[in-house]
Amino acid sequence: MLKFIKHHMTAGEGIEAFPVVAFVIFFAFFSLMIVYVFTMQRKHVDAMSNIPLTDEPVEPRNTSKSPKP
Amino acid sequence: MKLEQFSYDNRIVRLFLTATVVWGLVGMLVGLIAALQIFIPEMNFGLPYTTFGRVRPLHTNAIIFAFVGNGIFAGVYYSLQRLLKARMYSDILSRINFWGWQLIILSAAITLPLGLTTSKEYAELEWPIDIAIAGIWVVFGWNMFATILKRRERHLYVAIWFYIATFVTVAVLHIFNSFELPVHMFKSYSAYAGVQDALVQWWYGHNAVAFFLTTPYLGLMYYFIPKVSGRPVYSYRLSIIHFWALIFIYIWAGPHHLLYTALPDWAQSLGTVFSLMLIAPSWGGMLNGLLTLRGAWDKVRDEPILKFFVVATTAYGMSTLEGPLLSLKNVNAISHYTDWTIAHVHIGGLGWNGFLTFGMLYFLIPKLFNTKLYSKRMANIHFWIGTLGILFYALPMYWAGFTQAMMWKQFRPEGLLLYPNFLETVIQLKPMYALRAFGGVLYLSGAIMMAVNLWKTAKQGSFIGDETAEAPALEGKAAPSKAGENWHRWIERRPTQMLVGSLIVILIGGLVEIVPTLLVKENIPTITSVKPYTPLELEGRDIYIREGCNNCHSQMVRPFRDEVARYGEYSKAGEFVYDHPFLWGSKRTGPDLHRVGNKYPDSWHYHHMYDPTSMSPRSLMPPYPWLFEDELNTDHTAKKIGVMRTLGVPYEDGYEDQAINDLWAQARGIKDNLAGDGIEVNENMEIVALIAFLQRLGTDISVPEITETPATGSGTAASNK
Repeated sequence: MLKFIKHHMTAGEGIEAFPVVAFVIFFAFFSLMIVYVFTMQRKHVDAMSNIPLTDEPVEPRNTSKSPKP
Repeated sequence: MKLEQFSYDNRIVRLFLTATVVWGLVGMLVGLIAALQIFIPEMNFGLPYTTFGRVRPLHTNAIIFAFVGNGIFAGVYYSLQRLLKARMYSDILSRINFWGWQLIILSAAITLPLGLTTSKEYAELEWPIDIAIAGIWVVFGWNMFATILKRRERHLYVAIWFYIATFVTVAVLHIFNSFELPVHMFKSYSAYAGVQDALVQWWYGHNAVAFFLTTPYLGLMYYFIPKVSGRPVYSYRLSIIHFWALIFIYIWAGPHHLLYTALPDWAQSLGTVFSLMLIAPSWGGMLNGLLTLRGAWDKVRDEPILKFFVVATTAYGMSTLEGPLLSLKNVNAISHYTDWTIAHVHIGGLGWNGFLTFGMLYFLIPKLFNTKLYSKRMANIHFWIGTLGILFYALPMYWAGFTQAMMWKQFRPEGLLLYPNFLETVIQLKPMYALRAFGGVLYLSGAIMMAVNLWKTAKQGSFIGDETAEAPALEGKAAPSKAGENWHRWIERRPTQMLVGSLIVILIGGLVEIVPTLLVKENIPTITSVKPYTPLELEGRDIYIREGCNNCHSQMVRPFRDEVARYGEYSKAGEFVYDHPFLWGSKRTGPDLHRVGNKYPDSWHYHHMYDPTSMSPRSLMPPYPWLFEDELNTDHTAKKIGVMRTLGVPYEDGYEDQAINDLWAQARGIKDNLAGDGIEVNENMEIVALIAFLQRLGTDISVPEITETPATGSGTAASNK
């Protein structure tokens, strides 16, 4: 199968390794990611997804200017 | 736990939101003018500054960098502070970011109509502005990172990852694509030539769409859809996959803009494969956005903001399905160079970017001014008028794209083109162009209505410049890893590592494309008959660039039967080795020009440039009378030769001194030639240089007639491919 890829690029040393290296990088990266995503703890997922919903100011909104911290 | 009091900087958000609305209206208006110019040439107003070739880049730059750019900053400055529970690191950096960016936009609005352009799409701005962009972008990144480092929320929400990836990638793209050597303050030549320039440009151009129009807006989507609907994102797990898969794959897909061109086949295939893979993460993201509204669709019925978000997300899904399909060679053979591409980008631009921005504006202005939206009814009308505008824009353009491609490709039974005159295929599209402009009017009207609505909202409310908030401080600098903790959870707390991680991921794709570009140099077959441009042709080429001819005319004959029949021999990679920058173009509103050299007499070009309808009745090309009044500026000719030599064009040493003489000699030749046809013209007029360039195009490899004298081996194209 590699013949479809490697003969298009003939310049450069060790060019045959390119497709293999590329495949290994991709496969490893996405495998790791999938494993991670499916082993995430429910609690952590919920906490993370709620971050945008819990950012309202603690104090009631007012129209007066507040001092900088 | 000790609570810390602090305040959010809303003033910077208000500044960016205002700029978004103002530049949005300007950009859309310029777009409407360009849309009218396409079928009413008189709308060019007979002025160089307002002619389509200069107006079109003004429109694209205004929409991308001014409208969407300010939208990004507004959204990021609002959401970042809240997601991190921290005020922006430095109010001064925020202001430099804002005013610096507006200054860049202003300089673009001045230089582009003046014809100061590099000609590279979405990177037209000349080198001093390029440097300013890099500087302001660094200020933005610095401010963002310093804020992340002083945050009160340990974990970085997914939106922030998108912001980080945006910052890193845009920096890399901008720097690599902007390698250019200045001739003077307002003129530079791309460091790359021909095929390499094309590959780098579309690696940039494609990823400008990916990392300027898409990733930051996905961050905004992941923040604002949950925010407005009051429910968490449908699947946080999916958003992680969406993020990494998207930035990993997107960076590779650039070559799909160059299918069937002189770009090597393997690079084209690479672009196609990665484009197809993009469907998965893109649709994952779209579904994640839409499904966030599960069980909340009743809210969509009476909340215009959510309506805008739903159409925006759907448009994102549509254009990210269409994009990969357009990357298939058989589809691209039809779509490329036609209005189909224009329809495609406007589904993204009007639908995804426009509607998400509108939704964000309707949400933020009432919030910042502590009031309710002035008129929900007006917002609803805006929604419908805008949606209709998108349909009226896109549908005629799809129709036009198909119609034209089909007309280009049809043959008579006896083997001749059915529509040999290119103009026939353009005239056919006039009704579609008119409908498209009507769509633009609708869309712009909606936006004006929004501006009024937001103005009234702001007037009835009172602005909260510093919004007080409280949150506990983070304990310790970085929390220690717990045993057995997952690697990704580790990185979610570490912004610096996240930055490095995304940098590596996008660089892998970038390098795999760029390194072979250097190899390509060795692979481009040298064609001995291809010679550098003469000084006069070079000046003519710069006029071609100044007038933005490449916005309507390609210089790339694809190896199709109909194109070879219509234009001549298909274009070879080796023909462009001295083209700094490349001028392949991406849209044929007029015919391809790569083989136009020697096709018509000089007098034809003379008359045609003065009044296109004199040579092609009913032509939609604008006239260029100023080329007949302005004298050719030869002040920089010698310097241009020197710069080109530095970039690798083989002008002999010391040719600078000879260049001017050669230039005038060639100009006198054209003058005499024109005089033979009864045309009196001074040799120092700009039109003479432009004719010289046009007559040179694509003539380097014309196969000489076989004569009695034996061939010397050079000057033939027989061994080219």
